This record gives sequence, C-alpha cells and structure tokens, in this order.
Amino acid sequence: MLRPRIIPCLLIQDSGLVKTVKFKDPKYVGDPINAVKIFNEKEADELIVIDIDASAHDREPDYQKIAYLASECRMPLCYGGGVRTAEQAKRIIALGVEKVAISSAALANPALISEIAAEIGRQSVVVVLDHKQRLLGKTQDVWTHNGTRNTKRSVIDVALEMEKLGAGEIVINSIDNDGKMKGYDVALAAQLREALTVPLTVLGGGGSLDDMYKVVAACGVVGVAAGSFFVFKGPYRAVLISYPTAQQKRDSIYSALQGGR
Amino acid sequence: MITIIDYGLGNIQAFVNVYKRLHIPVTVATSAGQLAGASKLILPGVGAFDHAMQRLNASGMRQTLDDMAQGHGIPVLGICVGMQMLADSSDEGVLPGLGWIPGQVRNFHSVAESSELALPHMGWNDVLPAADSPLFQGQQENWLFYFLHSYFFECTEPAHIAATATYGASFSCSVASKNVYGVQFHPEKSHH
Repeated sequence: MLRPRIIPCLLIQDSGLVKTVKFKDPKYVGDPINAVKIFNEKEADELIVIDIDASAHDREPDYQKIAYLASECRMPLCYGGGVRTAEQAKRIIALGVEKVAISSAALANPALISEIAAEIGRQSVVVVLDHKQRLLGKTQDVWTHNGTRNTKRSVIDVALEMEKLGAGEIVINSIDNDGKMKGYDVALAAQLREALTVPLTVLGGGGSLDDMYKVVAACGVVGVAAGSFFVFKGPYRAVLISYPTAQQKRDSIYSALQGGR
Repeated sequence: MITIIDYGLGNIQAFVNVYKRLHIPVTVATSAGQLAGASKLILPGVGAFDHAMQRLNASGMRQTLDDMAQGHGIPVLGICVGMQMLADSSDEGVLPGLGWIPGQVRNFHSVAESSELALPHMGWNDVLPAADSPLFQGQQENWLFYFLHSYFFECTEPAHIAATATYGASFSCSVASKNVYGVQFHPEKSHH
C-alpha cells in the first residue's frame, strides 16, 4: 500500500534552523544538520528544507550547504529557496537532492517550470504555493517572497496552471495557519486533491496526529507536512525534535484510509 | 571496484554518499576509460527516458557498457530511470533502450486499474520480492521503499520479475536477468 507521506518542513535562515508564526517572528530552534540526523534516526518519510533568506532576497542557493545536507540525509530531500533557473535546479539534483521546490520564481516566470521539468524530469519539480485568505472574501490568494507580495491569484488556478506546465507535486502552505498548530485547511486540501492529478502535499497548521488524520481522511493518500509539530513540545513551545513511530503513523494517520476512497 | 556510471544526469552524489557511509570503496566513471576495472556497475537515472538515453549514448561509454554487461557478465544495477533504460523501449520516448532485459516501459495511466491515480507514484510502498530473488536476501519481513516515477517496467518474460509492488495494478518494481538487475524504487534514500 502506498502510504501518506508525513513530512517535516525545516526553514533555514542565517545557517540556523528557525520556525515562524504566520511567516513572521522566526525563532531559532537549532542546527539544521543535527535536525537531519535526528530525522534519519526516526526514519522520517521525506524532508522539505527551505532557505527562507534565499527566496525573500532573491539570493543564489547555497550549494555547499545543500551538498552537506544531502550527504547527511538518508531520506528523500526536497530543497527550496532561491531557485530561478533550470541550470540551478540541475546542479541541486546532482548534489544528491531528489526534488527541487520553486515558489516565487514560478509565479514570476511560469515557463521556468517547463524548462526545469525538461531538465530534471517532472517528478522532481515541486511548486510551493504560499496562500492567504483574501480580505472580505473566501478566496485563497497566492503570496510570494516569503509572504510579502500578493499575486492576487487564487491558489487553485495557480496550482492547475503549474500542473499543466510540468510540476510533479504541489505543496500548499497556509500563511494564516503557519505556526498556529490548530489544524490544516482541510477543505482547500480536499478541493485541490479533487482538481489535481499530481501528488499534493498540505502544509500549515499541523499541531497533532489528529490534524494529520483529518487531512488523510478527507484527501486520501497525500503528503502531510508540518514544521512546529515536529520541533516544539508542550504549551511553552520548548524545542524538542520528534517524529511519530511507524506504529503511531499506522494507528493514528493511515487508519483514516480505512473505508475511505 | 563498484563504479557509478555518470553520464551527466541524475543524483550521482546520493549513491556516493551511501557507499561512503558504509565504508565501501566506490568510484564514478564519466568516460569509457574510467569503466575499466569495474567489478560492479551502478546505472542511476532521473527524468525523461529519451533524455537519459541520449546522454548515455553520447557519453562515449555506451559500447563499453554493452560489452561489459552482455559480453563479460559484469553485474549491473539500474536504478529508477536507470532500470527503465534496461528495457527495449519506453512509451515515454522514441529512442530504443539498452535492451539488456526484454521488456517495455509503460505509463501507469495506460493501465485500467491505475488510470485514475495521481502520478507520479510518489512515496513509500511495499515491495514483494519474488521467491529466491537474489536482490532481496535476508530475514526482513517487510520491504518498504521510496518510489518516485510515472512509468513502470513490463517484463516480456515473467521470470525476469524480481519483485512487485502495487499502485492500482501490481507492477514489476525490480527486474533481474543473469548479471543485470534493476530496481524502480530508491534504495539510496530508503533508510537502509
């Protein structure tokens, strides 16, 4: 049986691991390599690592750092941050990374997605769409540059366009829910799962195994990613990296598939 | 020595990292000369079938590899698209494959049971080894591996199926014929 993917999403800023709330107030939570080693031990399904400086400041990816991360990572790794050309994406894959995430650059230059897919294969092209509810409305707009620029385009429209252009996976990331640990936007996830034919990963708001269960119950086999949930413990948000065991995933998340679609 | 075939495509470094971690000597070959002395060959591959075949054919290593794999019986392991390249042809492209294991590479959406499923087939799935498969020795009860692909290898000879997995339909996720082996999944990223 193909399992839902339970994915820690790590944010990097100034070489440190940080966690944000609504894309703001980055709190230092440790060393990225140390975190990767812990997720190796815990046999995480996949890792997403995003360099939030590179994307916000249009900076070139730090290849040395990516190579180091990839060399330590024993699970599939998706890197995002500052990727603007097919050449950069190819270079990152050659370092031992499985997937490259594109965000701001995909919105500024959609043709880039086709170019990257032609170079590294669409299975390795991930488009991350940061979204936020429009004022006085229900539409989820796509925002870029680390949540600072509104494209004023609906996340569903953009996701479908990106799929058509050659994206192999769509990650939706709720800015409103980021760091809140109060649950995912399950309705949007279900709507996207219905509309897309490529794999979907849902990020933003995960605070418990039950939150993940709800996504899988509504969407079936998808990726469920989280940041805070895997790095904080308890009401005072003490830093402690954790990841569910195989048994916990089976009992508390995969069980949502029983009798599902 | 174990030699990874580098024809300018794919996650070569991921394999080098694994062997480094295991303290097993490994080398990377980018030319026919560097293939000499290889005791085992790893053929990685990502992306589109034709793109991969084009690169391999243009690498200057193709003839030597054919001789080593088919003439001299040097063990070869194709991984992901590297496994698909072992086939005769692929629905994804027009170029012929290496033809080292008879078969055709097909898209999941061309099979009724998988036609409605999301592609690529992405994530962790169970691998069911065939009886006595040389690639899956040991006492392990569950073989769980990471997959990332939209096409699968359809063997002409059922005897060449080394393992199956299920995504809608059951498909051969590992193939073996004499000294030539292939795995569709990513052992290098599966916590092994």
